[in-house]
Amino acid sequence: MTSIRTILLFLLLVPAGLSAAVIRTGPGSLLQHALDRAQPGDTILVAPGLYKQHEIVVRTPVTIIGENYPVFDGENKYQILIVSADKVNIQGITVQNTGRSSMVDMAGIRLQNVSRVTVSNCRVLNTTYGVYLQGSRFCVIENNEIRSSATDELQAGNGVHAWKSDSLLIRNNKISGHRDGIYFEFVTGSAIIGNISTNNVRYGLHFMFSHNDGYSRNIFRHNGAGVAVMYSKKVVMTGNTFGEHWGDASYGILLKDISDSRIEHNNFAHNTIGIFMEGSNRIHVLRNTFNANGWAMRVQASCEGNTIETNNFTENSFDVATNGTLMLNTWRDNYWDKYEGYDLNRDGTGDVPYHPVSVYSILSERIPSTMILYRSFLTNIIDQAEKIMPSIIPDQLRDDSPKTKKWKL
Amino acid sequence: MLTVSKYVFLDLLKNRSILVYTLVLAVLSFTLLGLDGNSAKGLLSLLNITLLFVPVITTLFSAIYFFNSLEFIELLLSQPVKRTGILLSEYAGMALSLSAAFVAGVGVPLMILLPVGASFVLILCGVMLTFVFTSIGLLIFVLSRDKTRGIGAAIIVSLFFTLLFDGLMMAFIFAFSEYPIDKAVVAMIGLNPVDLARILMLLQLDVAVLMGYSGALFKEFLGSSSGSIFAVGCMLIWIVAPLLLALRIFKKKDL
Amino acid sequence: MIRIDKLTKSFGKFRALDGIGLTLEKGQAVSLLGPNGSGKTTLIKSILGLVIPEKGSITINGQLIRNHPSYRANIGYMPQIGRYPDNMTIDQVLHMIKDIRKEHTQYDEELYVSFGLDKIKHKKMRTLSGGTRQKVSACIAFLFSPDIYILDEPTAGLDPVANELLKDKIAAECARGKLVLITSHVLSDLDGLTSHIIYLQDGQLMFHESIGQLQERTGETKLNKIIANILKNADRKQICIS
Repeated sequence: MTSIRTILLFLLLVPAGLSAAVIRTGPGSLLQHALDRAQPGDTILVAPGLYKQHEIVVRTPVTIIGENYPVFDGENKYQILIVSADKVNIQGITVQNTGRSSMVDMAGIRLQNVSRVTVSNCRVLNTTYGVYLQGSRFCVIENNEIRSSATDELQAGNGVHAWKSDSLLIRNNKISGHRDGIYFEFVTGSAIIGNISTNNVRYGLHFMFSHNDGYSRNIFRHNGAGVAVMYSKKVVMTGNTFGEHWGDASYGILLKDISDSRIEHNNFAHNTIGIFMEGSNRIHVLRNTFNANGWAMRVQASCEGNTIETNNFTENSFDVATNGTLMLNTWRDNYWDKYEGYDLNRDGTGDVPYHPVSVYSILSERIPSTMILYRSFLTNIIDQAEKIMPSIIPDQLRDDSPKTKKWKL
Repeated sequence: MLTVSKYVFLDLLKNRSILVYTLVLAVLSFTLLGLDGNSAKGLLSLLNITLLFVPVITTLFSAIYFFNSLEFIELLLSQPVKRTGILLSEYAGMALSLSAAFVAGVGVPLMILLPVGASFVLILCGVMLTFVFTSIGLLIFVLSRDKTRGIGAAIIVSLFFTLLFDGLMMAFIFAFSEYPIDKAVVAMIGLNPVDLARILMLLQLDVAVLMGYSGALFKEFLGSSSGSIFAVGCMLIWIVAPLLLALRIFKKKDL
Repeated sequence: MIRIDKLTKSFGKFRALDGIGLTLEKGQAVSLLGPNGSGKTTLIKSILGLVIPEKGSITINGQLIRNHPSYRANIGYMPQIGRYPDNMTIDQVLHMIKDIRKEHTQYDEELYVSFGLDKIKHKKMRTLSGGTRQKVSACIAFLFSPDIYILDEPTAGLDPVANELLKDKIAAECARGKLVLITSHVLSDLDGLTSHIIYLQDGQLMFHESIGQLQERTGETKLNKIIANILKNADRKQICIS
């Protein structure tokens, strides 16, 4: 295995390696020494083994390559790797056991005001913060495994933490067991693609004041909530999967004061609430699949100008919930499996509107105990009675053109 | 005493009412599950059918059958056998054949068209309800003086459990919604086997929504396995208690 | 063989049996007579353990019958109305009864053959006439050659041929020293068969005497005449009790 790696590396490095040197280091010596001696563009090969070295600062643009995942251990006290130079490339090392501190955000790998740094194929285990970016631009974090076992929000940090950064690419990482899997605060123009974020205490992905970002093809499962997007604009959310977020504050996506964003082609399955929207405007929710959620969507009365169209709503206990009667959002062309209307002219659109807020969802919200009688005959009787004499459900929240066939998404 | 059960079972398998029951269930299952490809919706409809049909048909049919077998039971009791043995084997034969009808009518279509966990739970619920309401049918038989009254009682009891009980409970919940009644509500559910079966299915289909309600009891009771254990435990009590009571009464009954 | 002592049974306010005391011996063919509601069926069911008396005791072969179903191995019972599971065949019914009593392997199937049931054994009980069902009941009563026969209206609904066959069978069993207890409304059927008569009225024992004694007392030979004679006198004098 090691020999194949070396050959591959050799092949990779041949074109550039003419001028740059390759420095080897092992558990016996300090990596910091090798770094201090390196010239810009050099490659440092780190031999396998356990390195009880910490607070290693990278001040030169070098490439650090671990052979067979050498382990850097912070002994539960220290930060491990601090990058303060541009164009640094870190690959294939294991970073583990940072300390916890209430003073400093202890990070496994910290990028400080740098640009064009890449961290790839690393293992970051049992750290408070996995990869910590501040004031950084054009950095790539990819193919890393960032794993911890946080149990409460206060003690824990985030898997990938980015603050005041721009143009980041977070791709194909596996992140679990942190407070937030990925955390963005004041981060702009960045992409989060193909990550798997699971079992994080708070959110799989968390946006705060981060505009013009996008995340797609990520999988969020079993976090406190899948993704929370707060106080941000122009966020594009496409092709993600949200599953198994269960609890009284659990959502696939939580939108709070978001505007001008798009949620397209995502899959929400087995969440207590698929999408929760509060104070959000002009969001376009289209071509998503909501299957077997408690509530597919909860749209609070503080939302306006949103368009929800061409989605599939199937097997959800309740399709939509809301907290008011005023409805300034548009619902159209969705498929609802609970729709019982008819389509006389057979154009695929039902002839009577569909009201996605069911009586029982309102009833159980007022008196939660009634939930224990859900799906009894009473439920059906109440539903039928409401259809004949609507009195509880908000009449304005309706889909005037419900589809009779499921969209192929 | 398995001999008697065996013959009761064989007799009932050829019974026209049982055949019709099986057939109706099978037709309903296939049409509901086969319609528009949305099998989850079909499963829900089947749940409703199970919760209505099984209690009513089982109670009525078993009570009538026991009444019709009265003379034969007398004849059997003129043999050197114990009363409890004969009654138990009549019960077992009846419960097994009605369960077989349910499994053939609902279980087989479910296994073919929708072999998922929730389907298994529905079949289990149907079988448990069959055993519960056969027990109740037997108790009605043992308690009633004549067939007409017995049939009346069977209709009333099964409708009470399928429809009336939930209405009363809803009224209770509305009336006391200001008070902490969660525990009382869970205890009340234990008093109705039909609701217990429904809760078991609810835990399969709607766990996501149940987790959304604040209130520790709901989350602890319904959100964890203890809810299922409670429901199954209560169902077993509902099978055994009426059966034991029926046996006790039958021991001293004049035939 | 059967000793009944102060047997009392009420259904609500109605006294079905009121202090009945009787002793029945081997080889007797006892006719149990009385008007409707006089307690005949209650008495039979008490002996079979189907009705649980509130007072008094029943002893069979010196053994108290309470809570010991084993005594019923000595009794063959033929009920007044034979109702069987609809979809079982004659064959299945007989097999079932035999299966219940696995310890017994010797069967008396004389009636089964002479009634011709073996030829229709695959017919379902639902399809049989009342008479044929009676025949099945009779077969079951005689199947295990018990010491005691209790036959409740055995001849009702039987065709004349079967009637004669059954009477012959009863007579033969009596001759073999068995005890036979019969109720019947058709008194002429009991002629020549009965050795003793028990007459019940309103739950009380009117008399229990042998045919010989009765013939002597009334000067009549036919059973229905004897009974008519006694009843006439009883109305007038309120006598009786043996």
